[in-house]
Amino acid sequence: MTETTVTVDQLHDQGAFIGRHIGPSADETAAMLKALGHPSLDALSDEALPSAIQLDQALTLDAPKGEAETLAELAEIAAQNKVATSLIGMGYYGTVTPAVIKRNVLENPAWYTAYTPYQAEISQGRLEALINFQTMVSDLTGMDIANASLLDEATAAAEAMTLGRKLAKNKGGIFFVSERVHPQTIDVLRTRAEPIGIEILVGDEFAGLPSDAFGFLLQYPSTRGSVNDYREIAERAQANGAVVVVAADLLALTLLTPPGEWGADIVVGTTQRFGVPMGFGGPHAAYFATRDAHKRNIPGRIVGVSVDAAGRPAYRLTLQTREQHIRREKATSNICTAQVLLAVIASMYAVYHGPEGLTRIATRVNRLTAILAEGLRRLGYKLDSDAFFDTVTVNAPDYAATVWEAARVEGLNLRYLEGAVGVSLDETSTRQTVERLWSCFWQGSDAEFTFDEIEASLGETLPSDLRRRSDFMTHPVFHLYRSETEMLRYLRRLADKDIALDRSMIPLGSCTMKLNATTEMAAVTWPEFADIHPFAPSDQTQGYLRLIGELERMLAAATGYAAVSLQPNSGAQGEYAGLLVIRAYHQARGESHRDVCLIPSSAHGTNPASAAMAGMKVVVVGCDDKGNVDVDDLRAKAEAHSENLAALMITYPSTHGVFEVQVREICQIVHDHGGQVYTDGANLNALVGLCSPCEFGSDVSHMNLHKTFCIPHGGGGPGVGPIGVAEHLVPFLPGHGELDGGESAIGPVASAPYGSAGILAISWAYIRMMGAEGLKKATQMAILNANYMAKRLSAHYPVLYTGPDGLVAHECIIDLRPIKDVSGVSVDDVAKRLMDYGFHAPTMSFPVAGTLMIEPTESESQVEIDRFCDAMIAIREEIRAVETGDMELDSSALRHAPHTSDDLLADTWDRPYSRRQAAFPLPGMEASKYWPPVSRIDNVYGDRNVICTCPPIEAYQDAAE
Amino acid sequence: MAVKYTEDHEWVSVDGDVGTIGITDHAQEQLGDIVFVELPDVGNTVAKGDEAGVVESVKAASEIYAPISGEIMEVNAALADAPATANTDPTGEGWFFKIKLSDPSELDGLMDESAYKTFVG
Repeated sequence: MTETTVTVDQLHDQGAFIGRHIGPSADETAAMLKALGHPSLDALSDEALPSAIQLDQALTLDAPKGEAETLAELAEIAAQNKVATSLIGMGYYGTVTPAVIKRNVLENPAWYTAYTPYQAEISQGRLEALINFQTMVSDLTGMDIANASLLDEATAAAEAMTLGRKLAKNKGGIFFVSERVHPQTIDVLRTRAEPIGIEILVGDEFAGLPSDAFGFLLQYPSTRGSVNDYREIAERAQANGAVVVVAADLLALTLLTPPGEWGADIVVGTTQRFGVPMGFGGPHAAYFATRDAHKRNIPGRIVGVSVDAAGRPAYRLTLQTREQHIRREKATSNICTAQVLLAVIASMYAVYHGPEGLTRIATRVNRLTAILAEGLRRLGYKLDSDAFFDTVTVNAPDYAATVWEAARVEGLNLRYLEGAVGVSLDETSTRQTVERLWSCFWQGSDAEFTFDEIEASLGETLPSDLRRRSDFMTHPVFHLYRSETEMLRYLRRLADKDIALDRSMIPLGSCTMKLNATTEMAAVTWPEFADIHPFAPSDQTQGYLRLIGELERMLAAATGYAAVSLQPNSGAQGEYAGLLVIRAYHQARGESHRDVCLIPSSAHGTNPASAAMAGMKVVVVGCDDKGNVDVDDLRAKAEAHSENLAALMITYPSTHGVFEVQVREICQIVHDHGGQVYTDGANLNALVGLCSPCEFGSDVSHMNLHKTFCIPHGGGGPGVGPIGVAEHLVPFLPGHGELDGGESAIGPVASAPYGSAGILAISWAYIRMMGAEGLKKATQMAILNANYMAKRLSAHYPVLYTGPDGLVAHECIIDLRPIKDVSGVSVDDVAKRLMDYGFHAPTMSFPVAGTLMIEPTESESQVEIDRFCDAMIAIREEIRAVETGDMELDSSALRHAPHTSDDLLADTWDRPYSRRQAAFPLPGMEASKYWPPVSRIDNVYGDRNVICTCPPIEAYQDAAE
Repeated sequence: MAVKYTEDHEWVSVDGDVGTIGITDHAQEQLGDIVFVELPDVGNTVAKGDEAGVVESVKAASEIYAPISGEIMEVNAALADAPATANTDPTGEGWFFKIKLSDPSELDGLMDESAYKTFVG
């Protein structure tokens, strides 16, 4: 008898992670395939996907690696980065992430796996954190209202520019940008201004103001460190009908008169130094604050206070009607994703330190800088300015290069300028930092002094007429949580209010809420990745450059494109960058008149908004009754606009979750008329490993790394939206002044050269651990899960849109309109009732009003999918009771959902359903029940009474009484 | 007093050379609960078809276009505190603004009530 021996190597399953990432077990997979009547995964995907576009070979990626091996390789890459002390400034500073925040927010799936808080009742925790953020920003800037964050400082300034053009009485075409603004901001403004016909004029505001500028951008303190009194400039600009935008440093504003007190109309900036690691450029939360009068024009997401059905104060996103998904090509902004996780960290940093703590940190940084400056003066150097907060620029035409190099050798990164060096101190700087700096600047001077001696002689360190006199952050939330115990519990209390992926599936169609594996997340907070300045010398960033290069190649392999740019910070920014690439391509061919962008009516609202921002004219192409592009209409419109056709933007599979059979023909039609094809990669999770957009004829795509490639949604950001382009478009990828000195065909679309570099290791690790076989299987399983779910639900709800074979892609739409016609039960009722069952609702009313779009992803097991289907089916029965007249809708659990514990424990209960039915509608829910903290929130009240800062504590007491 | 209608679901009621403008009952029903109405500045001159304001509901934001050319005489300031009036009485108390007509012949291009009824089906 022969015994089969298994070797040690065979026992080491390098592909084990594939089975961890994919939810269903082998048995579950077999059971689901059987339920659908397909013999195998391959047979299913063969049938679901049009054969004309299927890949006939595997992706060219390395074989899958185990989790431990992947971490080891990442550690090796990390070791190629060198952590120096970066004193470069320019909007990126060393900071200490309080450990309690690092572990319990940044490294906590309860925070990082949540989705954008559209379903407000189950998002009260992060909505509270965000309103803290807004209050902090409003207070520090001295403005009335702030949003819940934007992508980075440069794009926030660009949003301010476009809003300024809309608001200003001065109708001139110039946006004046102070030469004292960070250079990367100026570059992004140039990129953004040109397609929409705005002229950027960079100059010295003290040398005179142009009369035909609709807006002015000032930096406070300036990029070289000076603190200038802008009162008179602001007054003169406004007298001329212009809008004054100020990019301000929040830490400095604890000590300086805030722009809101000297006339700014809009204040923007980054909150990175409030505890968010530099991460080689991002992600960080930018802020945007303005006057109350402009609140209905603020870009991005804003949290407001409303009331719930019982009159309790409750938070929700407010003023969302201005968002691009409703206004489409008329929108002035395509901004969608915020930077919620990073905004939460910044807000918690403020909660942790409070106003006195922030002031202490700022004062310390400022004193250190003053001591440094005095020492440099004694060494004989001339400083740019004697009024500064944390940055001094040292004019040393003969020594700049020598000093910069001496500092580099000493492990100190300085900013190199023409004939000068800049030094920015921060929270992490110490007396030793200052002394080491002096030694680098010491060029044989015989001056003798000590730190203590200079400190003892220090007078006022800031101009007294610019000192802040007003209070800020007076709300109790910034004073209650000083001990770590209290802070820890506050964070836990908020997290417990929310549904994130660590609690139950989030079946949001088009959002791909898949697993964000712990191993993928591990490297994000390693110092070798976290503590790198985006403009650090390249010998310190070799690890990052290797990671970035490898990820670019992996993503190119996964999509078939020739090259990838990782710069865009969101899907919408990727769309914009991709359209700029197409525009530059046409221009380079002498066809700059090509400006028509065809967009199917079913497209996501960001598509037309991005096209408008890229200076294109949107022509809408109709869709047939199945949600597919009407090919005849497309042909007619391509022909009609043949002369000027720039691009088609198409989503594949369609926003309706269907693989359109004719996609190849669609691309061909556009090419025949001289246009380029942009494929929105929002639904890429249905394609990877099975077909490639580039192969079926697409020229550019963005990929949402926060969907298909496992970067967590962070409760509403960060997002990462790299673009892939075909060979002929490679020369037109966005550049960055720090990399190419501004020589690229199109300028940067984001502040940092590689966008949110700090989280790219997540996608890198995912692809490394999955390999080609894992990625393909993930796609197939996503299709299987969606079809299994569609099949189970189709017996109870009409399923809209399937392919010719009756299959859906990776998501399905169920139609509640016929149900509403009979029963009056709305999508809202179903969404809110799902909360009582412990689930986050699917995507509501997109792409079709009155429907729910469900995407289970490959990461959910059959058990979880069945649990969700059981809930949906039980809700269908509740609806049936309304249909038959057994239950009146207005008194039903559907209309009263969600139910709080407070509602259920009331002394009186006069509803026609039991308390048990309200809270535990399915058996087995008692042991682990999610309790919504508020009942249904009044949207109308919230939009009519817009309050976007922390409500006073009394508001809660009043509600309780 | 003649009432005319536009394809953008606005009504204009003309009295002498002054036209009062608002949105139709059909429009308010489609929009749902109106939360905010942005009105033009008094004294501004608008041409027919110009954007003259914005009406926002919980689910949509729509431009209001000037149905006729002229100077803005007056706006309904009461809407600022009570935007719901545009839901409850869209053709009465919920009016938006008044225009001094510069070219009354433009009215001929608008629909009368029966034509509008046919238009909205």
